[in-house]
Amino acid sequence: MTFTLDERLYGVRVESVQEVLRGLPRARVPLAPPTMAGLINLRGQVLSAVDLRLQLGLPAAAPGRDHMLVVIRVAGETLALVVDSIGSVVDVDVDQFEPPPDTLDPAFRELLLGAYKLDSTLLLALDVDRAVAA
Amino acid sequence: MEDLEGLDEIVGEFLVESHENLDQLDRDLVELERAPGSRELLGSIFRTIHTIKGTSGFLAFSQLEAITHVGENLLAKLRDGHLTMTPGTTDVLLAMVDRVRDLLAAIEADGTEGKVEVADVVQRVSEALEGRESSPAQPAASVEEAADPVVVPTAEVPEDLPVVVPEVTPVAVLPDVPAEVPAEAPAERRSVADASIRVDVDLLDSLMRQVGELVLTRNQIVRQTGHGEDLELTRSAQRLDQIATELQEGVMKTRMQPIDHLWAKLPRVVRDLGAACGKQVELVMVGRETELDRSLLESVKDPLTHLVRNAVDHGLESPERRTAAGKPTEGRLTLRAYHQSGQVVVEVCDDGGGIDAAAVAAKAVDKGLRTAAQVALMSQAELLQLIFTPGFSTAAAVTNVSGRGVGMDVVKTNIEAIGGTIEIESVLGRGTTCRLRIPLTLAIVPALVVECAGDTYAIGQVSLLELVALDAERAARAIEDVNGVPVHRLRGVLLPLVRLTDVLGVESTRDDGHVLIAVLQSEGRRFGLVIDRVLSTEDVVVKPLSARIKQLGAYSGATILGDGRVALILDVQGIARRALSSETVEGELDRHDAESTRSEQERWLVAGIGGGRRVALPLEVVTRLETFPRDAIELVGHREVVQYRGEVLPLLRLDHHLSVGSWRDSEPENLVVVIYQSGDRGVAIVVEEIVDIVDEAGRQSDISDRGLTGSVRIRDRVVEVLDVRDAVLAADPGFYDDIAPVGAGSWDAVPALEAM
Repeated sequence: MTFTLDERLYGVRVESVQEVLRGLPRARVPLAPPTMAGLINLRGQVLSAVDLRLQLGLPAAAPGRDHMLVVIRVAGETLALVVDSIGSVVDVDVDQFEPPPDTLDPAFRELLLGAYKLDSTLLLALDVDRAVAA
Repeated sequence: MEDLEGLDEIVGEFLVESHENLDQLDRDLVELERAPGSRELLGSIFRTIHTIKGTSGFLAFSQLEAITHVGENLLAKLRDGHLTMTPGTTDVLLAMVDRVRDLLAAIEADGTEGKVEVADVVQRVSEALEGRESSPAQPAASVEEAADPVVVPTAEVPEDLPVVVPEVTPVAVLPDVPAEVPAEAPAERRSVADASIRVDVDLLDSLMRQVGELVLTRNQIVRQTGHGEDLELTRSAQRLDQIATELQEGVMKTRMQPIDHLWAKLPRVVRDLGAACGKQVELVMVGRETELDRSLLESVKDPLTHLVRNAVDHGLESPERRTAAGKPTEGRLTLRAYHQSGQVVVEVCDDGGGIDAAAVAAKAVDKGLRTAAQVALMSQAELLQLIFTPGFSTAAAVTNVSGRGVGMDVVKTNIEAIGGTIEIESVLGRGTTCRLRIPLTLAIVPALVVECAGDTYAIGQVSLLELVALDAERAARAIEDVNGVPVHRLRGVLLPLVRLTDVLGVESTRDDGHVLIAVLQSEGRRFGLVIDRVLSTEDVVVKPLSARIKQLGAYSGATILGDGRVALILDVQGIARRALSSETVEGELDRHDAESTRSEQERWLVAGIGGGRRVALPLEVVTRLETFPRDAIELVGHREVVQYRGEVLPLLRLDHHLSVGSWRDSEPENLVVVIYQSGDRGVAIVVEEIVDIVDEAGRQSDISDRGLTGSVRIRDRVVEVLDVRDAVLAADPGFYDDIAPVGAGSWDAVPALEAM
């Protein structure tokens, strides 16, 4: 299950994804860290939304820009990841995989499992547990 | 469970349980026919009979106990292999089970064992116990059981035939009961077993959640159709509204249990405790049927028991003291439960000695919980609240039953944890009442929906005392600053204010200067939360928050509003802890100053006396602040006096005394008065307004005038210090004749509290 953030392709294991949504109104949570993008109402369920851009240390999205939500289940909790756009579901081979390059910013590197070398681009595999725990 | 009305609740439960057990027993006996001697089955049957025996003994059903007792013995021997199953023993066991069923039916019919005899069956079981084969068919028993419609599977029943469910018509199994009983419309009267089913609590919880969702959806639809033109749709929405409300009530009801579940254990507690304390106690219970959510019932159990123990141990006096006080020797403890405005109120009242507010005050001072000056400023009701302070216990002697120094504060914490409140009232010599207010349920709470900085929040109504709206002009005047803490003088009492925007670190969108204050109460502290706007009141369904948001300490949950938006539910306790420093909080408790941990010698009450002049009075001479309506002033000779708590106090107008000249064209409706009491004398000093209570900020200078002892710098402003002695003498020349001079400490004033 892939999505883009700041023009780069990221992926999470498809089993952890519950659904994908167009952006919903979010209630902001004052006092919470900036990566907490607010609360959304998913059919009567209140979910926290995590701003993945900020979480990964990427520049904040331009205000008013369309965004998508990836609803995932992590460690018993359901939450939504705010991403730029949704890609497709791709199958990857283990032999395409490489651990994240050492040259990456350690903070960023920690949140990645590694990269899959797709034909056209690199797919960065997100360590979901870490990405939302921070 | 209407059928159970009039029937003791415990007996009702016993019957339901026993019917279930008997059904199991029937199945087991059928099984046993096929697998005689199965230890497992015999063990199961044994347990069933054992359970019935135990309960019947407890409920004093002697026949039932007798028959199950021998039955149990027989089963024990069979189970342990001391006896082997024979057709004879099976018959005996079945006969026993039938008789048990007869007895249960009789109990269900009228609460007694009726005329069901067990001697013959007991005899047969005893014979079987001794290893003698009793004659397989005791004619007497068979005849008697001829009327029994209960089909008990015997050997003739084909094995694959399911056990016939016993349709117990209680009347039919009682051949001795007069014939008019069947006329009592048996169709209407379902047996206990048929009238109730057992439901998994998890299922009820999940139903409750779903109903919560339904209520939310209902709110959304009702809101959307509220301003629509489609009449049909509006009508449907109203219908939905109604059904959802009824369904919500219905589902909530399934979780409701009468408070009697808790109370049932209390007579014993009271009896034992009364005996241990040498007190006679009559326990009166009013409103046993009052229901509340079962989860709450559990949480209320310990606090309630504690209050009852307290009442017996400390509240009621010994018979000798009661006689001396002209009361009946038997103390009366009244438990009262009722519904009031969406809450359950539970009262524990005793007609004992009451709580001596003065003693409470003295103890609070003694234990260093409050200073003498603080308690002097507190009303009796406020003093009583001190017993909820951690580490406080009013028991003079620590008894073995209660009063271990922990207690009331724990009670309060537990009650507040479930969103309830506790208050205490006491009249010295007459008794004490503790009143618990408990929400009906936790899942759906009435809330005030407010706006702050463009965001929407919900505040549970349970902590909301009132709303205060100030327009820009009044806000400018009525919001003052005490050492950087904004306060509002609400009916003469200083209310610390907390701006929600400050707490949450957001910018207010309100710029017209209007101020809206939600007066909230948390853990005994009152404070005003400044919000931008009030949007509505709504029943909201509490949604859990992730731990990460919860740990921020500002939100207790979230909810979805009628328009589908998510709103955070403010954690009033958390915000109070976060925003009010411990000093402010403590100060709030005595409600008259905003900081109270400094020693009282340095503290001043600053009052305006008109003409822009202010004077400071040492706080220690202030017994109380009051307002009197203008027409409360009476004339004695040429002196003005007011009646105050049974005393006549001479009135001193500070403006006249200090020659300020009349500060207004007409006298205001209410006079602001500083009461100074010492012993049984007191004076009422009229000021224009109470400005502040502050610490001394500068040194006292000698610059003085008549009626003043000097001046003091308070926040860059020179304030004259009132010569209290001079002022008091002006009001009452004889004031100091028989008591200690001013400055001996306001503690002298405390005995006056006792008389109140």
